[in-house]
Parts: sequence; structure tokens; C-alpha cells
Amino acid sequence: MAFGAFAGTPATVTEPAVRRRSPVALFLLLPGAFYLLLFFLVPLFSLILTSLQAPREFGDIGQYDYAFKWENYVTVIETYWPVIIRSFGYAATATFFALIIGYPLAYFIGVKLRRFPLWQALALTLVIAPFFISFLLRTLAWKQIFSDEGVVVGALQALSLMAPGDYITGTPFSVIFGLTYNFIPFMTLPIYTSLERLDLRYVEAGGDLYASPTSTFLRVTVPLSLPGVISGTLLTFIPAAGDYINASRDFLGSTDTVMIGNVIEANFLVLQNFPAAAALSIVLMAAILVLVSIYVRRSGTEDLL
Amino acid sequence: MTRQLPEDPIIRQLVAQARRSQLSRRAVLAGAGAGATALALAACTPSGTEAPTAATDNSANDPTLNWANWPAYLDEDDDGNNPTLDAFIAETGIAVNYLVDIDDNNTYYAKVRDQLVLGRDIGADLVCLTDWMCNRWIRLGYTQPLNDANIPNKSNLNPSLVDVSFDPGRTNSLPWQGGFAGIAWNKERVPEGIRSVSDLWKPEFKGRVGVLSEMRDTIGVIMSEQGVDISGDFTEDQFQNALDVFREQITNGQIRNVAGNSYLDDLVNEDTLVAICWSGDITVINYEAGDKWEFMIPEGGGTLWNDNYMIPIGSTRKTNAETLINYYYEPEVAAEVAAWVNYITPVEGAQEAMLAIDPELADDQLIFPNAETLSQVKVFRGLTSAEEQSFDSAFQAVLLGA
Repeated sequence: MAFGAFAGTPATVTEPAVRRRSPVALFLLLPGAFYLLLFFLVPLFSLILTSLQAPREFGDIGQYDYAFKWENYVTVIETYWPVIIRSFGYAATATFFALIIGYPLAYFIGVKLRRFPLWQALALTLVIAPFFISFLLRTLAWKQIFSDEGVVVGALQALSLMAPGDYITGTPFSVIFGLTYNFIPFMTLPIYTSLERLDLRYVEAGGDLYASPTSTFLRVTVPLSLPGVISGTLLTFIPAAGDYINASRDFLGSTDTVMIGNVIEANFLVLQNFPAAAALSIVLMAAILVLVSIYVRRSGTEDLL
Repeated sequence: MTRQLPEDPIIRQLVAQARRSQLSRRAVLAGAGAGATALALAACTPSGTEAPTAATDNSANDPTLNWANWPAYLDEDDDGNNPTLDAFIAETGIAVNYLVDIDDNNTYYAKVRDQLVLGRDIGADLVCLTDWMCNRWIRLGYTQPLNDANIPNKSNLNPSLVDVSFDPGRTNSLPWQGGFAGIAWNKERVPEGIRSVSDLWKPEFKGRVGVLSEMRDTIGVIMSEQGVDISGDFTEDQFQNALDVFREQITNGQIRNVAGNSYLDDLVNEDTLVAICWSGDITVINYEAGDKWEFMIPEGGGTLWNDNYMIPIGSTRKTNAETLINYYYEPEVAAEVAAWVNYITPVEGAQEAMLAIDPELADDQLIFPNAETLSQVKVFRGLTSAEEQSFDSAFQAVLLGA
């Protein structure tokens, strides 16, 4: 599974010689296995069955029967493919910006602040600090900050950087901004974990061998921090693709910025169209699995799989 | 020979469900060896065919009541107590658990639907939902009929609200509070005001228009503007015409905000300068955020809606619920609630009672509309299930940009 990439350490540790299988280890696995079965496999199976349901003949709103209506998948893909593409586009853009912001931040905390443990701890706390406030409240706060009569729009208009009638909330910019902002800690922390263990003697050796700082960074630092980058991008991209808060009309989005999560929500809660919502969820899950597998393979870290 | 079905309604339902879904499931899962799991799952996700049967009333032995309602919808003093409700508890000895559980008709329905289908307790013995959602509950048999003998004050119901299309004669529902959907504007930013829905589409408001995500209110006022009687037998084409206007104004960027309860934030931070909105809310934000907004019923006409009491099918405290309804149909009590919530009370005589509380409010058209005001608004007619599905999908498709 691609999710092996979340493990912080490169999985190149050689397996110890085959040991006698201990029944205790298997026994200890039971709660976890039971949990996965009950809360992942059974709901997943239920989701698949729901996605194939057909509306009951002469039925009322929300009444469906078990069937094998695979056409549900065709319908949702046909209807919502622009939304699916938009979701992955927004998620990829947000992941990119989170990486651009998160990597230097993680480098600074993990490498430059290494000699000042107090400052390092403080900086790390600051990265996590936003989690002390509800994600919803923070996103709503951005809506206020970006409001038409707010400081940001006012200042940009005074500087003639924005036309008088222009606005920020409800645009793709505000949604991608919200996604980036909300996922920066998820990007920063795994990269920090990798960089924090970076042996500076390797960097020194690069210098001794007459490598320029750029090529030391590209050939030594980046490869050594790659596991963190991969985990960070996955931790950002996967939830961002399914996020429905930032793009919601009540938060930073509008009817122009609808993401796949909003479509699933509307089909489930408003239209009571459970098969469509289930089919979309499965399409989303499959698309993410495919994209992530390709990404992990391409990034040359198959050994993380 | 078929065995007789067991007595218990839940088990009956499960057996019926299992029988019904046998064929299709066999087709789907033939060879998959997953039949047993599927059966268990089918039992967990009821889809509902026959109407559930009402629970037995146990009010006599159980003097409690769970009442689910919307936020800011019951009088409250500075300490957070509800004076009218406290008086009811003291008077009758029924311990009422007041739950502010309903934030949105659809979301609440999605939350309790599975229990309703099985006729089980949803954790509330009395719910207040909007007309069209009541229509759905009553149509699907999710409510218990009201016993008029326990509600003598039903005679105080405003005559215009008795014969509604979704519940003629009010056998399963009674109004709690009502309100209008109309237009509002920011008096400071738009001093000249607006008069009709088409004023919202003026170029100077581009991107600063907000509308409600409640289909019947937004499309309802647009249809009224187009001269359609929304309480009459309008056609799908007439609905479509209004939807076309709505879609066009969304696509060209005139309407930026389409929201449910959160639309008030957009008015307060002035992202929205002109809006389609609900009457009582404007009174509330004028009170909380400075007297800046004005509400009116647009020239083409507005909508009138009510939130109605219903007793869910699985409630075992029907008589207690009826006792509470009867209490809130006392004109004096209704006036006290209306003075706080600022919505239309359905109770006749409350206006006279209001004179004793606050004479100014007794003339407030948003609480006690006179015949002239009421002639400007219409109730969106009850839709058939097929219409509801088709209209909802079309409206959501615009909101989802699909």
C-alpha cells in the first residue's frame, strides 16, 4: 500500500533473521484487525452496495433498492467530471504552495535552529498552534479578513492592485489559499522529522568535495528529506482533494469553486441521492489511490511502498 | 405456508426488507459468498417501503418531553432561561428537555431518517420543521395524528393556516412560527433602497447580491416577480423560467453568495449589500449589529412559510406533546414568544395580548401582518414527490455549477 510512505523512516532496514512466529504478536494484532474490519471494511462494503442501488419504482425521495446499477458511476462521472478535475487541480496547487512554504520552514526549524533547542521547541509549537483553534473558526476568520469591506481588499484597492469591483472571497484564489493555509502544518511536520535527523556531516562532506551549496542541497539534503516530503505531500493532497469546508459556499467558496466533497455533501444531505453520493466517494477514493501510487513510484521511493 | 410475521414493528420491518431485497441481492452477489454480510448490512440501512406504525403513548406514566427546535426560536431571559417554558413545566409537571437541534431542514432529516423509516424514537417527541419538510414527513407517514381533544386551543389557529395543501384541516401538524422571504438592503450603502427582485440584478450590485439556499424562497420570489402564483398549480416550465433567471444571475457573477443560516454574516461584513432573505432575521441583526438594514416584501410578492409542530412516529409521549402545543396556543403565551423571536405567530388573539407587553410590536407587520400585508405573500404549494426530486436536483445543479 502507498500508505507505507507515511512511515518516517526509510524502510531499508534489513529484516532480522526469520524468527519463530509468536502467537502473542498475532493476538496483539486482534484489536487492530477487528477495528479495521468493523470500521473500514464493513462500511466500505456497504458504500459499494449503496453506490449500486437503483431508485425504487414509484418511490419517494431517498428510497432506493439494492440492485446492480453500475450506470450510477457513468452518470456521476459524466455529470461531475469538471468538478473532479477541479478538485484535483486545487488540491495539487495547494500541495505545491504548502511545499514551497513548508519546506523552508521545516529546514529552518530542523537544521538552523538545531543549536537552540528552546527556540526550536517554540517554533514547532507555533507551527502546531493553529490546531488549538477550531479549523472552522479559522477558516471563517479568513472569510472576514478577505471580505469586500475588509482590510486586505481595501488596501489592495487603495494601491490600485485590485479594481474597485473586484473581490477575493468565493474565487478559486480564496479556496486554494484556504486549503494551503489549513494544510501547511501537515506538510511542515513530516519534512521537519526528516530534516531534524539530517546528519550535517554529509553536507560538510559535500562541501569538502567541492560541491556548490546548491548542488549539496539538491544531491544531499533533498534526497535525505525525501521521505518527509513524500509523506507531507500525501498528507496534504489526499485530504485536500476531498475537502468540502474551504470550498463550501458558507466559507471561502462560491458556486464557481465547487469541489467533489461539496457535491457528495449535497447529494447525501440535500438530495438524499445516496447512490450518487456513494458512487462519487468511490470514484474519489479510486482516483486518489491511482494518483498516489503513480506519484510514489515516480518519485523513486518504491521501497517506501 | 408462510409464517405469521412477528408483532414487533422493527422486526416486521426487517423481515419485510430482507424478503424484498432477496432477489436483487442474489443477482448481485451470486458467487461472492457475501450474502450473509449483505443481509446484515441491508438491515442496517433501511430504505422504507410501507409506512411505519405509531408507537404506543406512554405519557401517563412518563411526564417528560423532548422538543427539538431551531436556534433563537424561543423566548429567553438574560440568564438563558426560557420563561414561558419554565411556566409550562411548573404548571403541568412535565419535564421538558428543550433541544436546539435543528439547523437545517435537510440536515436534520438526514440525521433522523433511518429511525423514522423503522418507526423508532428519534430522540425528540416534538419537532418544528418547515412546511415543505412537513409535507414530506406526513406523506411518508412519519408523523402521528394530533388528538384535537387534547388541544382545545387549536380553535385559536389563524383561519388562513388551517387548510394547507400538505395537511388539510391540520390533522398532523400545527404552526409554531412563520415568516416571510423578501428582499433586504443595506441602508447606508444603498440609501435609495430596492423595490423588486429585478432591482437586485442592477449592474451596480454585481457580485454583492446574496440569496437563500432554500429553493422555495429564492425561486419562489423570482417566480412571483414573473407573475406566477406560487401557491397555485404552476407548471414545470414556469419553475424552469425562474430557475433560468437564477442560473443566469449566478453565471454572470451578479449573485455571489448563496447561503443558508450563514447569510447573515455576509450581510454584516457587507459582502452582501442587497439580498433575498427572511424577515425575522433582519430584525435580529438590526438589533445586534446596528440599525443598518431594511426588509420589505418585493413588489412582485414574497413567500410565506411556517415551521410546524409534528409528533414523530416513534414518540411514546404524544399526549405530553399535545399538552405543550395547547399551552403555546394560549394567546398570552404566544404573544410573549413572538415579542422575543419577532416572527409571525399563528395564534389569533396574540395581537391583543401583545398590547399588554409592547404596544409598538402589536403593529409590527412582520409579527402581526394585516390583510394587506398578507395579500402580498404566498405559500409555496406542496410539491409531489416527483416534482420535489426534479426541482431540488435542478436547483442544486445550479449551486454545484454542474
